[in-house]
Amino acid sequence: MVEDYNKDEEIEKLTESLKHNKKSDFEFHDTINPVYSTGAGLTRKTVEEISDIKHEPDWMRRSRLKALEIFLSKPMPTWGPDLSGIDFDSLTYYSKPGETKAKNWDDVPDKIKETFDKLGIPQMEQKYLAGSVAQYDSEGVYGSLRKEWEDKGVIFTDLDTAIQEHPDLVKDYYCRAIPPSDNKFAALNGAVWSGGSFLYVPKNVQIDMPLQTYFRMNGEQSGQFEHTIVVADEGAKVHYIEGCTAPKYNTSSLHTAIVEIYARKNSDVKYTSVQNWSDSVYNLPVKRAWVDENAHMDWVTGELGSKVTMIYPSSYLRGRKASTSNLQITLATKDTFKDAGGKALHLAPDTTSRIVSKSISLDNGVTAYRGLVRMNEGALRAKSHVQCDALLINSDSKNYTYPYDEIYEPTAEFSHEATVGKIGTDELTYLRSRGLSEDEASSMIVLGFMDDIMKEIPMEFAVEMNRLVKLEMSKMGAVG
Amino acid sequence: MTNTVLEIKNLKAEVEGKEILKGINLTVNSGEIHALMGPNGAGKSTLGEVLIGHPNYKVTDGKILINGKDITYAAPEERARAGLFLAFQNPITVSGVKISTFLRMAYNNLYPDQKIPLKEFFNMVKTVMNDVDMDVSFISRAINDGFSGGERKRFEVLQMVILKPKIVILDEIDSGLDVDALKLVSAEIKKMYNENVGFLIITHYQRILKDIAPEFVHVLKDGKIVMNGDKTVSDRIEDEGYDWIKE
Repeated sequence: MVEDYNKDEEIEKLTESLKHNKKSDFEFHDTINPVYSTGAGLTRKTVEEISDIKHEPDWMRRSRLKALEIFLSKPMPTWGPDLSGIDFDSLTYYSKPGETKAKNWDDVPDKIKETFDKLGIPQMEQKYLAGSVAQYDSEGVYGSLRKEWEDKGVIFTDLDTAIQEHPDLVKDYYCRAIPPSDNKFAALNGAVWSGGSFLYVPKNVQIDMPLQTYFRMNGEQSGQFEHTIVVADEGAKVHYIEGCTAPKYNTSSLHTAIVEIYARKNSDVKYTSVQNWSDSVYNLPVKRAWVDENAHMDWVTGELGSKVTMIYPSSYLRGRKASTSNLQITLATKDTFKDAGGKALHLAPDTTSRIVSKSISLDNGVTAYRGLVRMNEGALRAKSHVQCDALLINSDSKNYTYPYDEIYEPTAEFSHEATVGKIGTDELTYLRSRGLSEDEASSMIVLGFMDDIMKEIPMEFAVEMNRLVKLEMSKMGAVG
Repeated sequence: MTNTVLEIKNLKAEVEGKEILKGINLTVNSGEIHALMGPNGAGKSTLGEVLIGHPNYKVTDGKILINGKDITYAAPEERARAGLFLAFQNPITVSGVKISTFLRMAYNNLYPDQKIPLKEFFNMVKTVMNDVDMDVSFISRAINDGFSGGERKRFEVLQMVILKPKIVILDEIDSGLDVDALKLVSAEIKKMYNENVGFLIITHYQRILKDIAPEFVHVLKDGKIVMNGDKTVSDRIEDEGYDWIKE
């Protein structure tokens, strides 16, 4: 309990110290000339060029070209937010920032290191992390793993390096949970992917500190297409964290990542990601976990930035007693659309899932919950609970809820709760009557609304959310 | 001693176009205990909420002054900073907002020049929690979330003690409290009562006034104060109700 309010206080203090930062502090852009770029546009040649520069094995090259065909043949999805602002021809699909991949921050090129310093990444690593990878535009520029975990056989590196160093292991998992045929953007990633992390935790190895990858997109009109694979072998335990930011441009950028997670029998995986992309970014990642017998998968995702986000982290509960929890916060600020939700597919008996979504719309921002719970026949005694709460801050804020419930197993239990609310005058007045300003009171109510999830996220992200909410609330002026 | 005075002058207020307060005059000085009594629907709670600036009520005429400063249309936080405090009749739940965070922020707002270290502050809070018989685990709970009626009242008293206001309005603080809890609450009020603090105790019944004897008793009926007197008035109300008092 004491630790509890100490943690709150620390978050509060850190938030206070960052009070004068603006979101634009993350939106600076570096004048760095990439050492290699494919230039704008996407053709078969672009894909071959990417594969050539990476000296990839032939199977990967073929896989890319096949994915490109699928991408070109699939129509744009029209069931969600408007994606017509993405100009595929003007995007740069591959941009290499430097020649080296450093194991030591001192070996990272100065300008790039400066950027990660500003974002606080090396400091975070020292304090909280068992390992850290940093990606800048298309390539990982830094990677490290504490020796004790390396000695136990843990692999944590960018995917490109992993393909060179552990080709068979990567091949076992690459695109198995998310094949390019899954959807148009999975196919796009399959064609032009670059970077992303490969994390392998051997049998019964339980890592007590998190590992983190930080993605920074610098180039204008660029795309970042990392592909991340996390494998927790039988009985392993791991917490993997991702953070992302980008400069703000008048033109649009695209982030289409793939995250594949394999939670093998009896393993325990937690995946946390908080994105704070600038609002010129279309964020369309595909994230999916295969969860085997008696394994547990935790998703904790914060969708704070971007112009448009479509994200539906999914757990395929494939083995008996597999379980998942999926906590999500989405924040839609002015002129942004966040379409998000969790998916749980119960494919085996005694599987359980819990999905909690908290969405906040400010100004004319739109949040949508789009989730799926599927319980196949034979998923005996499966249980699922979905809760989605929306908070609308202003009169033109919007929220939509599209739950898809497909229950084919008669012994399964399923429940769904949904609420939509506003910041109440009585609550505001109560807090203000004790001396809090209107901004402070409304920030406090918004943070309270997200509290269930705030508890689950690492300190530095809690600070970031705290700061962002306070900043947005102070921009709003009067609530209503 | 620092004297604080709350002056209410010909105060009229309405909610949704309906006039509830029809010209209230009342002065509370620090060092005084006032009781505001009246039948249900007289406007007692409305007066409390208008005084702290609840936006649901619209002041149509008159003035509210603290030490001569006009706060009739001031924001609730400005009134709090001027020393005004209302213990609500039905304190609301604020989900997810921890008592620890809330109290600390409130205190720092009211006393920006005092930099009480975290540990010291929470030791102070815990001491008061013991005094009002709240388990210290409440410090990590959300404001009034899942609290019983009595727990909500105790939390109001806790805030009163921690935040050290100059003018305290207690709205039906005794309702929902059992005999033991009422004793604790009365003891806190007595402990707090000194020449620097003024109280306005809003109550329908006589219950709390047995423990805390008011010097001034006012009777509110249909939005107007219809009688000003002393303890004999509240004693007679206990025996005869409100019917003997004419509007």
